[in-house]
Parts: sequence; C-alpha cells; structure tokens
Amino acid sequence: MTSRASERLDVDALVDDPRTRIIVCCGAGGVGKTTTAAALGLRAAERGRHTVVITVDPARRLAQSLGLASLDDTPRPVPLPEEATGSMHAMMLDMKRTFDEVVREHADPERARQILANPFYQTLSTSFSGTQEYMAMEKLGQLRQSGDWDLIVVDTPPSRSALDFLDAPKRLGRFLDGRLIRFLSAPAGTGAFRLLGAGFNLVASTIGRIVGAQFLNDLRAFVSAFETVFGGFQERAERTYRLLQAPGTAFVVVAVPETDAMREASYFIERLATDAMPLAGLVINRTHPLPEGPAARLDADRATSAAEFLEQAGSSLPAAALRLHADRVRVRERENRLREALVSAHGGVRVAEVAALPEDVYDLPGLRGIGESLAFADRGR
Amino acid sequence: MSEGEHRPQPPGGASTKARLHIVTGKGGTGKTTVAAALAQALASGGGRVLLVEVEGRQGLATLLGVPPLPYEEREMISAPGGGTVCVLAADAESALLEYLEMFYGMRRAGQALNRLGAVDFATTIAPGLRDVLLTGKATEAVRRRRGARRRASDAPSTEPFHYDAVVMDAPPTGRIAQFLNVNSEVAGLARAGPIRNHADRVMEVIRSGGTRVHFVSVLEEMPAQETRDGIAEISALGIRVGVVLVNMVRPPLLDEPGLVAAADGGPDLHALSAGLKEAGLDDPEELAAALAGEVRAHALRVRLERRVRIGLEDLGRPLLELPLLEGGVDRAALDLLARRLIDQGVRR
Repeated sequence: MTSRASERLDVDALVDDPRTRIIVCCGAGGVGKTTTAAALGLRAAERGRHTVVITVDPARRLAQSLGLASLDDTPRPVPLPEEATGSMHAMMLDMKRTFDEVVREHADPERARQILANPFYQTLSTSFSGTQEYMAMEKLGQLRQSGDWDLIVVDTPPSRSALDFLDAPKRLGRFLDGRLIRFLSAPAGTGAFRLLGAGFNLVASTIGRIVGAQFLNDLRAFVSAFETVFGGFQERAERTYRLLQAPGTAFVVVAVPETDAMREASYFIERLATDAMPLAGLVINRTHPLPEGPAARLDADRATSAAEFLEQAGSSLPAAALRLHADRVRVRERENRLREALVSAHGGVRVAEVAALPEDVYDLPGLRGIGESLAFADRGR
Repeated sequence: MSEGEHRPQPPGGASTKARLHIVTGKGGTGKTTVAAALAQALASGGGRVLLVEVEGRQGLATLLGVPPLPYEEREMISAPGGGTVCVLAADAESALLEYLEMFYGMRRAGQALNRLGAVDFATTIAPGLRDVLLTGKATEAVRRRRGARRRASDAPSTEPFHYDAVVMDAPPTGRIAQFLNVNSEVAGLARAGPIRNHADRVMEVIRSGGTRVHFVSVLEEMPAQETRDGIAEISALGIRVGVVLVNMVRPPLLDEPGLVAAADGGPDLHALSAGLKEAGLDDPEELAAALAGEVRAHALRVRLERRVRIGLEDLGRPLLELPLLEGGVDRAALDLLARRLIDQGVRR
C-alpha cells in the first residue's frame, strides 16, 4: 500500500469547539503526556475555555509552575495573563483520597469506617495495580458532573500498559465480583462450596497454606463490608466508560518519533477503535523538522560529501554544520517513515508535531510555546 | 565478600562480583536495550547469564526481533569471546504456578487455583504478591546451582552456580523502589506463612552484597532527576546502587570555542557561508542562515547535556556511557553496545 500524506490535527479547532468537553492524553511513558496535557489545557484556557487539567504525576518543576505544591486532589487556579479569556485550573490526583470519598459516599458511616480500616482496603487503595487509573477516571466523572468546567484535560497515569486506565475499572469490578472472592468470603457449607465439590478442601487448604489464615479473615471482612458499596462502584465505572465513548470526548495519543513509542501509539489507536473511543489524533513530540529554504533541499549525502571536502580544506565550522545537517536529515527521514507507516496503517489519523526544544519545558511561557507549535506547526518535511 | 561501598569505586567496578544486576531507568531511556547489552557484556569470555524481563511487555522479543517469548529460559544471544545469554520473559501467573509446584508439589491445586481465578486474584489485588513472584524468580535463578533439578537448595552448595549472573530488565525508575521492597509490600497482607517467608528470602538476596541496581539515564533533565530520586530511594532501602549508564550519548560536532560562540550569539555566519560557497553549494548565504540555526540548537543542547552530566557525576556513582545508535537497535548494534560496556570495565 502506498503511504498517504498525513493530515494535520487541528488543535485550535479541537479546543475551540464547545462540544469538546473532555480531552484524554494517552501514550507510552516518557513521551511528554503531562506536558502535552498542560499545554492543551493552557491553550484552551487562553482561547476562552474554562479548563481543568488532571495530572497524575507531573515533574516537580512543571507542577510548581502550575501552582501545584502538593498532591491534594483539589483543582487549583493557574494564574493566566490578563488577556486570557478563559480560566485554567490544575489538580494532582490523590488516588487514596478519591477512593476514600467514593467509599464514604456509598456506605453508611459505620461500614465506611470498617472498610477504610481493613488492611485489604489499604492495599487496594494504595497499590492495587489499576487503582490510580480507576481513580483518575472516577475523578474525571466527578469533575464532569460538577459542571464547573467546560473542558477537562486528563493526563493518564504512567502505567504498566498505556491501556490500563481503560481496563482498570473492569478489572477491579471483575476482581470484586469474581468467583474466588465470593468463594473465599462465603461461609462454609453454602452453595458456592458445594459447586466446587471434591476439589474444595484441596484448594482451601492450599490458599490457607500459602497466604496464612489471617489473610483469609481480613479478606472475608473486607468483602462482606465492601459488598454494599460494590454495586455503586460498578455503576460508576460503567458510567465513566460510557462518558469516554461519548461524542464530547477526544482522545489524543501522544508519542515521540521512536520505534517503541510509535508502536505503542499504534497499538493504542487500535484499542481505542475496538472500544469505540473517539480519537482526535496523534501528537508527536520532540521531532526534528528541517528549516525552510535551501537547507530543506540539501540532502544527507550531499551535505556529507561537502563536509568531507571542507574538512580537508581545514574549514571546521562549515564542515561541522554540514555534518550536523546530514545527521538531522537522516533523523528526519526516519521520523517521516515512522509517521507515514503509522498513518497509513490507521486510515489517515490526524497528526500534530512539536519540534524538539533544546531545553525542557517547565513554565507557563514554555507550555504556551508548545501550545503554539501544536496549533501552527507545519507538519514539516 | 565484604563490600567497601563507601570507598570510591573504579569505573565499572560496581559490576564486579555482583551476580544480580537490576536495570532500571525512566521510560524512553533505553532500559531494555541497556539491560540486554549488559547481559551480553557480563557473559563475554565464556560466561552464562540469564536476562529476565518482568513487565510482560515482550520488550526483549521486540529487541531481538523474535516472536513473543514463553515462560522459559532460552539460549538466545551469544556473547563476544564465547558465552551465552539465556532470556526469560517472566510473568506472575506462570511464576506462581511454578512456585506452587516447586515448593509444594502442588500442580493440581495450582491448576485449580488458576481456574478459580486465584492467580488473577493474587497477582491483581496485591501487586506486592506479583512483585514477590517476579523478583522471586530472578533470585531463584541467582541461587540456583549446577546439577540442581529445580529448587535452589537441591544441589550441594559446593556446586558452581548455574548462572554467572542474572540481569533483570526491571520496572521504570518511578516504581523500582516499591517493586524491590517486596517485604514491606507483602507485610501488610501476609503477616505470616509461606508467602511471607518467601518474601523474606527474596529480600535477603536483594539486600545482599551480590545485588546491584543500575540506573539508565539520558542527558536530559527529567531522566537525570528521576535517577537522582531513584538512587536516594534505593539506598534508603539498604539496597546497593551500581552504576549510572548514560545512554544515547552524541559526540559534540564543534570544538570548544565554536560551541561557546554558537551557543551565545550563534555561529560565525560569514565563516559559514564562505565555507559553503567553497564547497560549491547553492545559495550559500541563505543556507548558512538556516544551518546557523541548527548549529545553535546543537550548541545549546550540548551545553544542557554538560550541565546534566555534571549533576549525574555528583551522584558519586561510576558513570558508563553508551552512544546513540541511529536507526534503532538490532543484534549487531547490541553487540557494539556490549563491547562498549566491556571497554569501560564491565565484567563478571
């Protein structure tokens, strides 16, 4: 199949459209998801939206520049210049606190106390793989329902897999509603045990031997207390999942032009399609477009041979500049190949690129600059 | 073996004598590639090394250009000067079933548990259990001796070790301390019993003088910051830090005065266009202006990289360097990286 030129992701159209209510940034670790989310939130705010950005684990200096001193689960205003027509808030997710709130909301005070004190809950709320993702989605649902913001930008957690936040609510549900947990928590002699028949003693004694009796007791106490809030959990998880599929949501897949990150992006785009989640496009950070003009027409081989000639003539600066250019052209060619392969594999997904900057971004002017590149960047050659 | 970890170490010295090498790094720094190159370097000259991945990403299969790997130690890479690297893609489910069979002879019970969803349960509810199974697999391989059928304690301790070293492609820096601190992770859930004992045994190996955690970084601020934070966390747990591997290093293309001039005001445009003209290139002036931008960006980047490198040097760990490989990593490139590590003093 011949590759077709990728179409540009129109970031301003996306953030200006009042129907866009949620933007979810997702992608592999280390590709600049948080920065992209913050830059999109800032651009939207300065163009008139009332925006809140949920981040999970921002770099310290970025957090500071957003006015986030601590992880406190509360949206904090980000000071914008006077000419900004909208507003921006940012918050860092505290997954345990969010989880505690959900429990309190769904259980009577006594039961909530029991749940919150159970060692299983302690583990579940702090280190269950997927809790962070689940709570990010829960927080998204809460903010959406509050109606205080007209655009919510979510930075997804750095997961084992970039897809965890889609799967976490279901997995948590499957776990809490699973056969095993019912089996372990059921009093002896009930139906669950009979169903298992002769294998039961073996299994029960195995579990006991491996994890110890205390573990089973804690688990039983946890499950029976959690039973009452569980229905509410499932329902909320499903509601958030449906919210993600709704037309007001836009997924932005973030990548860098490297094989692994692009492969993950490709995988993610497929998965979003499978789950009927609306994809706005792909942001490729840290690209190396060539400068306009004659430099764009000077290919790597020509630049290298000119550099060799100049090195012999003892002209070191121009030779170094040409070598640098030759490297850059090769890098750019590889980036173009990676991008076009992904675009042609995914029916012309829209792309915006942000050129690599010499220094890291950790303040509002830096984020604004990224927002501008996202909006205006010519795709480059 | 007594460890003089307070004495300054020779370059690469942190790798000597250690048998479990845990490689971590921020996402995007090339941790998997570096782990594979390290395994290959440690195996060189007739050694036998196990390379384990624990995150279920099949990163090693991708790196080696082979189909997804099963839960099985397979000879897959040959090292310079003879030597073998076996590769294992460890997953918690298989590790649990193997653990049950190995220590309790409970194959049937294990399968029953699997059907019930117990394995999913154990490895999902409590990442601590997942982590202890995965680190447990690596530590078992460290302790395994030749002639043993399965369990580490089967063979007399006079037999040589089955593997000269085990290299783990570990979770990223942000999660490494939690991942390795299996003891406290499991403590909240299992206060007694075999899992707890198993965790204690695993922790003993991880805290021993034979284990090193190596950090992969690139010359950028955020990965360097994570390296700094990670080293502090790992040291606080009483686990030994090995080396810092600076990956994807690019040589500067300008001499020192050239770099300073280019970073400050931009390079000498006149010299640039004169040279381009001499080389017979079209539009030398306009081309010089465009290339000047590229040169300045390069100089600024080199300046930032130097600042980051000084920060990494201040950590007081040996710094090993690996070059940026244009065009991605294949087996030949892996070979080259392994040789670079050997040149810098990495050996068994």
